[in-house]
Amino acid sequence: MIPGAKRWLVVAIVLIAIVSAFSKQFNSYYLGIAIDVGINIILAVSLNLIMGHTGQFSLGHAGFMAVGSYTAASFTIACTKHVPESAAPFLLVGGLILGGLLAALCGLAVGVPTLRLRGDYLAIVTLGFGEIIRVVFQNMEAVGAASGLSGIPNYTNFFWSWTTAAIAAYAVAALVNSTYGRGFIAVHDDEIAASAMGINPTRYKVTAFVVGAFFAGVAGALYAHHKQTINPTGFDFMKSFEIVVMVILGGMGRTVGVIIAAILLTILPEMLRPVAEYRMIIYSLLIIVIMMARPQGLFTLRSSKGANT
Amino acid sequence: MTDLLQQLINGLALGSIYALIALGYTMVYGVLRFINFAHGDVFMLGAFAGYYLAEPVAKVIPPQTYLGGIVVLLLAMLICALLGVVIEFLAYRPLRKRPKLTVLITAIGVSLFIEYTCQHEKVFGASPRKFPDLIPNTTWELGGLVVGSAQVIVLVTTILLMIALTLIVQRTKIGTAMRAVAFNPQAAALMGVNVNHVISFTFGLGSALAAAGGILFAMNYASIDPLMGVQTGLKAFVAAVLGGIGNLPGAALGGLLLGVVETFAGGMKGISNYRDAIAFGILILILMFKPSGLLGKQQTEKV
Repeated sequence: MIPGAKRWLVVAIVLIAIVSAFSKQFNSYYLGIAIDVGINIILAVSLNLIMGHTGQFSLGHAGFMAVGSYTAASFTIACTKHVPESAAPFLLVGGLILGGLLAALCGLAVGVPTLRLRGDYLAIVTLGFGEIIRVVFQNMEAVGAASGLSGIPNYTNFFWSWTTAAIAAYAVAALVNSTYGRGFIAVHDDEIAASAMGINPTRYKVTAFVVGAFFAGVAGALYAHHKQTINPTGFDFMKSFEIVVMVILGGMGRTVGVIIAAILLTILPEMLRPVAEYRMIIYSLLIIVIMMARPQGLFTLRSSKGANT
Repeated sequence: MTDLLQQLINGLALGSIYALIALGYTMVYGVLRFINFAHGDVFMLGAFAGYYLAEPVAKVIPPQTYLGGIVVLLLAMLICALLGVVIEFLAYRPLRKRPKLTVLITAIGVSLFIEYTCQHEKVFGASPRKFPDLIPNTTWELGGLVVGSAQVIVLVTTILLMIALTLIVQRTKIGTAMRAVAFNPQAAALMGVNVNHVISFTFGLGSALAAAGGILFAMNYASIDPLMGVQTGLKAFVAAVLGGIGNLPGAALGGLLLGVVETFAGGMKGISNYRDAIAFGILILILMFKPSGLLGKQQTEKV
């Protein structure tokens, strides 16, 4: 898609580093939103791999986010007392990787049995898994059960949030554009034809699911260290649906569009704050209207890709 | 032993409500092949319709009589049937030829719209309300078993509605048309069936059943709120899949089974906290081992 995507990654990280050097001068409210934007980009880009590129409808992305969130938070809470403060970035990175890996493991456990299903059935099963993960956390005394986990150190800053987002976007784009990654698109376009060409659809679907779950877990870990309190209800069906909406508005399988949609949909609720009581009503109406007017996504000019699922 | 029987009765009462909602999911899936996510919210609207109808009806028919209860139930069913038809006409009909995913997202959008609008303080407000007593509140004791009049009403109403539904679907002209559309919409249209009418009718019928479920649920649990349809709706959908989606007796069986299993699990120490996860656990097992459901037909995919 973009020739020399690596160059873009480097440019992005340098830019992020420069911006974050001045981050102390920003209003902390806007900075908080900027960090949210970065986290949502990771979530949207990772779901885009599953939904947009591979064509597997998932309504349980928040479940993987919850796994990463709780894992990383428990890890840093346990370690933070034993290491000097200067080691905080290492703890965060450790938490991100650990959270991502455990979420990926859950993705594997969910993906292998369910990805034989299609369309609506897959949607409802992933929704079910997301709910099960939530109910499990709700009953786990070790992580605060229903009242949630608090006292998580505030390690996530602008630099980590956006750098991770850039890496996630690069990783997904590079994976899909590789020789191996063409298989995802083949599975999306026509599963039967793909398997006739010697592609193993289940393997590709599971790979997409595991990679997507990994980045969702990473995003969850960043989220935990940004908000400092996490709660099982924060990872419910609504959260999953928000991510789905980002992917659909951005245009399924279009990385740049999905990133723009993630940015817009994070800022939009903040802008609707003055009309807070009508906020969610407007949001849901917008979804209906957009699905009727532009089902191919806001930024897609031709409706060739992703329209025929 | 009495404990077990008591749990069974409670489970059947809950299961009947699931069954009523599941029938709506299954009928809509049968004709349109999509999950009507807003169905759980129609169930909620049914309960609220009952809440607001109770007072005006009580002026004509003395409150807490069986006749008054039946009138409220029928009026709420009628209101929700109209609502179901309107929802289909406004939100789903323009998307009839679109990819399934688009319709599914729209359905979730409609569901959220209903939930958030109803939570607004000028509509119903977010806080739970006490549902009025529609029928005489009596309990019978049979050798240690406690059976409330609400439970009896739930079971009796469900059975009557299911008989009515079977008669409509099997014996009437519109029922035959429904089955024809579910079997093959194009062929049905060629045979002179007005597919749009049939789909509207299906939404109306399913929504009426959901409204009945909503009122019966409210009678049994006494408290209603705008989000009551979310979990119940999802579980009823699980019930429909459990029985084999698109299959009417299957939805009824799935609903009853799910209600009983959930009630028994809720009564067991250790897993009672996981009650809400059980329905989804069952769903995953069913889809892994018998994706067509208990009574569904195996379908092979054509290239």
